[in-house]
Amino acid sequence: MKSENYMELKFPSKSANEAFARAAVACFAAQLDPTLDELGDIKTAVSEAVTNCIVHAYPDELGEIVLKARILPDSVLDIVIKDRGRGIEDIEKARTPMFTTGGADRSGMGFTIMESFMTEFRLTSAPGKGTTVHMKRKIIRRGGKK
Amino acid sequence: MKLTSYVQERQLTVALAGEIDHHCAREMMEAISEKIDLYLPLRCILDFRDVRFMDSSGIAVVLHTLRRMNTLQGKLLLQNIPAQPYKVLRAAGIEKITEIKEECPQ
Ligand SMILES: Nc1ncnc2c1ncn2[C@@H]1O[C@H](COP(=O)(O)OP(=O)(O)OP(=O)(O)O)[C@@H](O)[C@H]1O
Ligand SMILES: [Mg+2]
Repeated sequence: MKSENYMELKFPSKSANEAFARAAVACFAAQLDPTLDELGDIKTAVSEAVTNCIVHAYPDELGEIVLKARILPDSVLDIVIKDRGRGIEDIEKARTPMFTTGGADRSGMGFTIMESFMTEFRLTSAPGKGTTVHMKRKIIRRGGKK
Repeated sequence: MKLTSYVQERQLTVALAGEIDHHCAREMMEAISEKIDLYLPLRCILDFRDVRFMDSSGIAVVLHTLRRMNTLQGKLLLQNIPAQPYKVLRAAGIEKITEIKEECPQ
């Protein structure tokens, strides 16, 4: 699909980059004139995906995370977040609410939140190869002049 | 991470602030637990008024605090939750297992 604008970020899996990644996507999304609620949903979903890379994909080492965002026609924000970490054995199970391999520090709600806060959500993963999360969020056009 | 607290008649109020994510959650959990262990409150109130952002890492902070209060047979109460953290907490069904006072999604 032809994109109207795009950006790409590459950063190491340091937890300080969680805030950076969601803020960067929020700034990029601002051109679609989203509401605070829409922006909150997008930031939350990005934070979940990036945190998963940091916590689960590269548990014992630093790895690279690639984040791509595009603006598609009809005010759709398209986001891809990709790691080359350990990957997911059983995708169905991983997506189940409350399922976690992270112990008491995690609640197992990340994928559930991404799925319900965004309009489209796709998860692909291969053990030992890495994981890609692909999400879209349509921004509702409101009245009023920009 | 910013966190202020005060105690009144075995009621501990902890005011959370800023952005709650994986980067700061562990530290926040430990700071809250420290206060609970110090004051052994009957009621613990987490105040979300100044929380500007929260993701699922915040759910773990609440659950951790809830478990701590349960072992003390005390109560946990959440208050002044802005719309964004509220939506995240609701996704996890937190409103079914803790008391929420004056929720304030704008
Ligand atoms: N990028 C990833 N690489 C490898 N495994 C992953 C990745 N993302 C998720 N997983 C696996 O899927 C499980 C579920 O992920 P999800 O984000 O839903 O919950 P969580 O991260 O465990 O907890 P929470 O997101 O609530 O803090 C994780 O526990 C982990 O086992
Ligand atoms: Mg997660």
